[in-house]
Amino acid sequence: MRSALTDHPIDTAALVAEVAREANGATLLFIGTVRDVNDDRAVTGIEYTAYRSMAEREMGDIVREAAEKFGTADIVVEHRLGELTIGDASVAIAVAHPRRNAAYDASRYVIEQLKKRVPVWKLELYVDGTREWVGAGGQRVAEAAK
Amino acid sequence: MTVKVLLFASYADTLGTHQLALDLTAGATVSDALVEIRAMPGADRLPPEPLVAVNERYARRDQELSAGDEVAIIPPVAGG
Repeated sequence: MRSALTDHPIDTAALVAEVAREANGATLLFIGTVRDVNDDRAVTGIEYTAYRSMAEREMGDIVREAAEKFGTADIVVEHRLGELTIGDASVAIAVAHPRRNAAYDASRYVIEQLKKRVPVWKLELYVDGTREWVGAGGQRVAEAAK
Repeated sequence: MTVKVLLFASYADTLGTHQLALDLTAGATVSDALVEIRAMPGADRLPPEPLVAVNERYARRDQELSAGDEVAIIPPVAGG
């Protein structure tokens, strides 16, 4: 298992290869991408920032918890930071397990816990040039300083 | 004693800085630190009960602080 923050594009195929083992009958890849509209506003991109050391620690904890709960060490997650444009992968989770049900459960656990606990923030950049901090549900929380 | 306070995202905008040093009396808790931070210019826009992490772990209000601790005020997280 492995977790990381990265400043570079996520190589999702490499994550799938990383969890591949002959004992695994199910492999799942979740990719979170930047979409073009949020809350009815046209978005050009998102800038992700983090409390890096704590985010890495929380992601490591989450992956270890998922491994223990669902019985597979074949879990990797990467979260990207920096300025992303529409369609870019912001997060990717690869999980492999002998059986599909546990693979789905583990993948879901990792993304839901990540969204609750990992100190990462989104600054949404809009077509009209404005920018705002958004919460986990995509709601705007504050106008950003210039 | 002095602790290091970290601010991020909208909270860093609100206080106009990402980091500051805070002098507290020995035995001060997370709550005490928040009272001091709230007295700073712009801090009235922080929510009443922000999440706080001490040394990279989410912390309760009654946790006691030690000199050199890293106290992070955590805005609503939005990863993924």
